[in-house]
Amino acid sequence: MAKKPIQFHLNGSEKAIFVEEGQNLLDVIRRGVGDLTPKYGCGQGTCGTCTVLIDGKPHLSCLTLAETIEGRQVSTTGGLQRGAELHPLQKAFMEGFAAQCGYCTPGMLMAAKALLDKNPNPSRDEVVEAISGNICRCTGYEPIINAILEAAKAGGARRYG
Amino acid sequence: MPVRVETYDRTEDAARALSSSRSARFLGGGTLVMRAVNAGDQSFDTIVRLRDPSFSTIRSEGDGYTVGAGVTMAAVAQSRDLAFLAPVARVVGGPAIRNMATVGGNLFATGNYGDFTVALLALGATVNLAGSSGRGIPIDDFLRDRERHATSLVLSVTVPRPREAGAFRFLKVSRVKPKGVSVMSIATYLPQSGGRVQGARVAYGSMAPHPVRATGVERALDGQALDAAAIDRAAAAATQGLNPPTDAIASGWYRTEVAGVHLKRLLAGERR
Amino acid sequence: MTIEFRKEYFADERDDNLNEIGKPTQRQDALGHVTGRSPFFDDHLFDGLLHIRCVRSPHHHARIRRIDTSEAERMPGVVRIITGRDVPQNLNTLLSLLDFGIDDEPLLSEKKVSYKGEPVAAVVAESERAARDAVAKVRVDWEELPAVFDVEEAVKPGAPVVNDIYPGNLFIYHGKYDHQKLRFGDVEAGFRQADQVIEGRYQMSPIEQAPTETCGAIAAPETNDRYVVYTSTQALFFSLDTTSKLLKTPSNRLHFIGGTVGGGFGGKVDSLHEPLAVLGTMLTGRPCKYIFDREEEMQVGAPRGAERWYIRDGVMNDGRIVARKFIGYFDSGAYTRLSSYAIIKGVGHLPGPYTIPNVYADVYCVFTNRTPATAMRGFGITGVDFAIEAHMDKVAHAVNMDPIELRILNAYRDGDMKAHRRLAKNTALIECCQVAAEKAQWPISQKARQASSLREGGGERAKIPNFTAIDQNGLVTGFTAGNYARKAKRSEPAAPQSLPTQTPRHDSVPVAPRYEQPVRPQHQPAASAPPPPAPPAQTASDARRTRFSSISGLRRR
Repeated sequence: MAKKPIQFHLNGSEKAIFVEEGQNLLDVIRRGVGDLTPKYGCGQGTCGTCTVLIDGKPHLSCLTLAETIEGRQVSTTGGLQRGAELHPLQKAFMEGFAAQCGYCTPGMLMAAKALLDKNPNPSRDEVVEAISGNICRCTGYEPIINAILEAAKAGGARRYG
Repeated sequence: MPVRVETYDRTEDAARALSSSRSARFLGGGTLVMRAVNAGDQSFDTIVRLRDPSFSTIRSEGDGYTVGAGVTMAAVAQSRDLAFLAPVARVVGGPAIRNMATVGGNLFATGNYGDFTVALLALGATVNLAGSSGRGIPIDDFLRDRERHATSLVLSVTVPRPREAGAFRFLKVSRVKPKGVSVMSIATYLPQSGGRVQGARVAYGSMAPHPVRATGVERALDGQALDAAAIDRAAAAATQGLNPPTDAIASGWYRTEVAGVHLKRLLAGERR
Repeated sequence: MTIEFRKEYFADERDDNLNEIGKPTQRQDALGHVTGRSPFFDDHLFDGLLHIRCVRSPHHHARIRRIDTSEAERMPGVVRIITGRDVPQNLNTLLSLLDFGIDDEPLLSEKKVSYKGEPVAAVVAESERAARDAVAKVRVDWEELPAVFDVEEAVKPGAPVVNDIYPGNLFIYHGKYDHQKLRFGDVEAGFRQADQVIEGRYQMSPIEQAPTETCGAIAAPETNDRYVVYTSTQALFFSLDTTSKLLKTPSNRLHFIGGTVGGGFGGKVDSLHEPLAVLGTMLTGRPCKYIFDREEEMQVGAPRGAERWYIRDGVMNDGRIVARKFIGYFDSGAYTRLSSYAIIKGVGHLPGPYTIPNVYADVYCVFTNRTPATAMRGFGITGVDFAIEAHMDKVAHAVNMDPIELRILNAYRDGDMKAHRRLAKNTALIECCQVAAEKAQWPISQKARQASSLREGGGERAKIPNFTAIDQNGLVTGFTAGNYARKAKRSEPAAPQSLPTQTPRHDSVPVAPRYEQPVRPQHQPAASAPPPPAPPAQTASDARRTRFSSISGLRRR
């Protein structure tokens, strides 16, 4: 199978890698680059746990053809921390019991980050809308919504990571 | 068979690659094609990509707009020109899907997907294919034999501008709030003249194998004032001539039962 | 989220001077979760990882005439194709690990399939895509068989036999009966005594656990001739022992690592992935991953099974329930998995949290051509609880009584004898009803508000009925009573000619609605006869000393 070289930025650092034709971005980030923070949940675009930001906007990495991200900026939960310091969203998720099994959490965090980066003081409805493509089977969503609102209050919109 | 990816910068080349192979699929935003790739779909082995920026532009032309097939739902939702379509684009998927899913791809969405196309059908859009010398195909005709067009490259969709504000309405019915797959979607375009509906176009999603016109409803409304009596008659004719499908989201029986209720709410302007 | 503690209840039964209980605490895995670094099974990278995909039945029920893997074997990237012949011990039932149930399910079916999606071969390939492409090239010659999807259809004479081990499509309890019995007092006498008899039929469809992480496992060769297995299992030792049994490999050669589960809800105990991943590794010498995709998780992954319940209550006009009879059907799907045990657990729960002097239940574990069922939250209880509570509302309506007051009136209280012959203790249904009514601003009478789980229980209510009507309905022969595992572990896996028989008890009995069949007690109580031997008097502390698990009760019988 032919392989194609691509270059892109993952959490600010440059990556150069060969991808297989037809390979999706999720597989390249996980298996190719070794950032295991985005997860596989469905491969169909229904669960949102593979959500990453491409040029700051949320995308489903499992439905993104890897070679289309040539030259673009990709962010994952792996890049949320600033040094040892957790991102306000991460702190709020921890304190607010917004992660139970933890499998949807990386996707939720990226969906929430995309929201706060462009809308630092979202309404509850805007938070609900922002995570409407992300499924959580454990928490019932309320703690997640509350955590995102708490993170906004704590200045989650400041540019972290 | 492994998948090959062919990337083109020129529309003609992409169109040729697509039409010359029955085992090629065109990659729009990826929400349909990559899903099929992930599932190991054996019906195609080639992905055709196009890197033409004009493929993703929205242009105002005459009485309407020409929307590039590569325009995403997010771009539609943000477009000032297409403000009348923003409520439709905003109920397609979540934010990530909307950043990916395209107008062109939506034309080919099957099952309970393809709500945007329902709106295009009600608005009487035309579909512009590569190599068709500038003449668009009425969307009704396009949808009727959609499979045949799978080897054609859709360049854009031309959408007439609604003649008056409020003439176009859209409702997506889903069980999961705020976002779920459609039980059904309804789009109505009911321009009025002299207080009466003239040229009603009403379309449904998830009520047939592809978006369809609700001709019984259109007949019940045409030439009528949009009053309670006319709305009741329209609701009574909601599923005339249709045999709604049974799938994982709802049974055909359920769809038949609720179609009139939702149609009535939409026509009466009730917000739910 | 604010939690309201109602500490006025049962204050003397509780020590409130505790460091952790009652106070919010940080999950120990929270940091891993929010940084995306919690190690789920698939978060382990192996060089040279191979991918396993299964060839699955498109039919609900079919005989396998032939499996032709020749074209698939020649596909690029294919390393190995595994069929049932490659599985050292290709018949198992999860519950054999609990000494309960006969081996009835192959890892990869060789002769026939009994549900849609049942695996018949597995492709091990260099990439997931290569595995999928090869799966599409495996040719299976199927002989489609009639299928049965409804529990009551499945137990009718002439119904298709789903699972050859249980020719009557019914699991065999205690080696004796084709259903699990509960007999407490005499329901027929109770019905005669009652002012009204109220019947209901309830059913619950299968429910998919739908974890966000799909089920899967990665196996890899380890040093010391061992295999390391990273798995999403919720039941690590279940999976370890199952793998050991199917692969005839000592468990000390299997190094299982789990504990981080991306949502399970009961659906990750079936141990389907670990044996195949290890077998792939044994046959190829390379790390192998076997994971459900989403479609498989939904179609093949075992759901909470469907249940159907018939409930018949004898009720006095003042609302007291004097007799309750259940006929229940659990839809186990094609194989046993955990359904037979779910019934044991469910029957222990009957008649719900109420004190009813006469209780009867016949509960059937039925095999159908649907996806095998397994555990889910509230395992064995949820379906029948739904039926019981829906029926309580129906009874309340029939006797023109407030539904909450009906529950308080009939609620079990501390010291009451339950139908499974244990004394109820730490009961709190009455208080729950009172608080629920208060929160919902639902008016209930002064008397109901003053009721207490601590008062008016025990005494007469602590007694096991002097007479319990028993019967031999559903008796079967040919199954070894008491210990099923020994039977299954004979040198030969159960062969068709040595199969036990299930008495075709349904031949002459119209099946639906079964609850209308009068049940004749076999031993009529004579007026002067001494009461049946009383069980040892039980107090709460005695009960604790003699307590044994509901399942091991079988072993000690």
